[in-house]
Amino acid sequence: MEQVEQKLLEVTIRRGGPDESKDEVFRVPAQENQTILDVVSWIQQYSDPTLTYRFACRVGMCGSCAMMVNGEPRWTCRTHVKKVLDGDKVHIAPLRNLPVIKDLAVDMDPFFDKWVAAEGKHHPTQTRNDPIQQIDPESAERSEANAGIECINCSVCYAACDTVAGSPDYLGPAALQRAWTLFNDTKNENQQAILDAVSGTGGCHNCHSMGSCTHYCPNELNPLAAIAGLKRETASSFFKRRKNA
Amino acid sequence: MLDLRLYLAQRISAMVMVPLVLGHIAVMIYAIQGGLSTAEILSRTQGSVFWFLFYGIFVIAVSIHAAIGLRVVAHEWFRMSGFWLHALTWSVCLVLLFMGARAVSAVTML
Repeated sequence: MEQVEQKLLEVTIRRGGPDESKDEVFRVPAQENQTILDVVSWIQQYSDPTLTYRFACRVGMCGSCAMMVNGEPRWTCRTHVKKVLDGDKVHIAPLRNLPVIKDLAVDMDPFFDKWVAAEGKHHPTQTRNDPIQQIDPESAERSEANAGIECINCSVCYAACDTVAGSPDYLGPAALQRAWTLFNDTKNENQQAILDAVSGTGGCHNCHSMGSCTHYCPNELNPLAAIAGLKRETASSFFKRRKNA
Repeated sequence: MLDLRLYLAQRISAMVMVPLVLGHIAVMIYAIQGGLSTAEILSRTQGSVFWFLFYGIFVIAVSIHAAIGLRVVAHEWFRMSGFWLHALTWSVCLVLLFMGARAVSAVTML
């Protein structure tokens, strides 16, 4: 039988912990259809079982598997190797702007802590004993809230953001988009608490509107527009409060 | 490193600067036709309340705008924060204000 030579990919992976890291090269069999996550999984299963990475759903819903691929943040389970391959090479590294735990796994705590700091949590207007509030799905507020609800917390926008890189206290696009979604949600009360939370030194006003968040969001959401909305509302609320004071 | 107040100060100072910059450029182009001497400029500006206010407001807006802009650069590029960041912001603002006020007073006051 004729031996068909298997085409190999040259996959470079940034490995190490928080203190030091180095690149390691692996040869991975190329397939007609394969994602970056498939490649990382192949290495862990067949080449080096100590390789650390994180994934769960494999279908672009859970937001666990984001990594830097050739220097750009991507959801690896939905990123086809063919689309990002540079010749037969690809470079995979842990997400930018977050502390590395080991190899490709980063500590997501700062990312989620900022969601809470931006008041990205539900403030209910009613109790479970009240009748269900009717919401007009066509209303302007609901449309604005709907625009951001498909966020899967993958942190791709956070890794893409140069303002987060320069200013670690900055809340970042995902947390601010969550704040804007809740601000427009009529089932959420105390909107002023949200505006106050995003008006501090790490708040929405640090955004330079470079738009990397919107460019890289795998779900094609628009955190840039959400942040612009927060800037507008915080400014108008500031002048209204002074007028009413 | 920008909170709401600094953000508003920078945006409002920018809005103030826009018409003043356009006015400045328009007057430059108009006034320079056929050459211009120092004596000619001073004859128009000295004692003029209008030019005193025009450039006086411009200098105040520039001092605020530039100080906040450089504050952001210093924080994001050079990781300055806390006391030194405040000190830099105020120093830039006051130096620009002093230099600008000196120039405006020299050209518009008799």
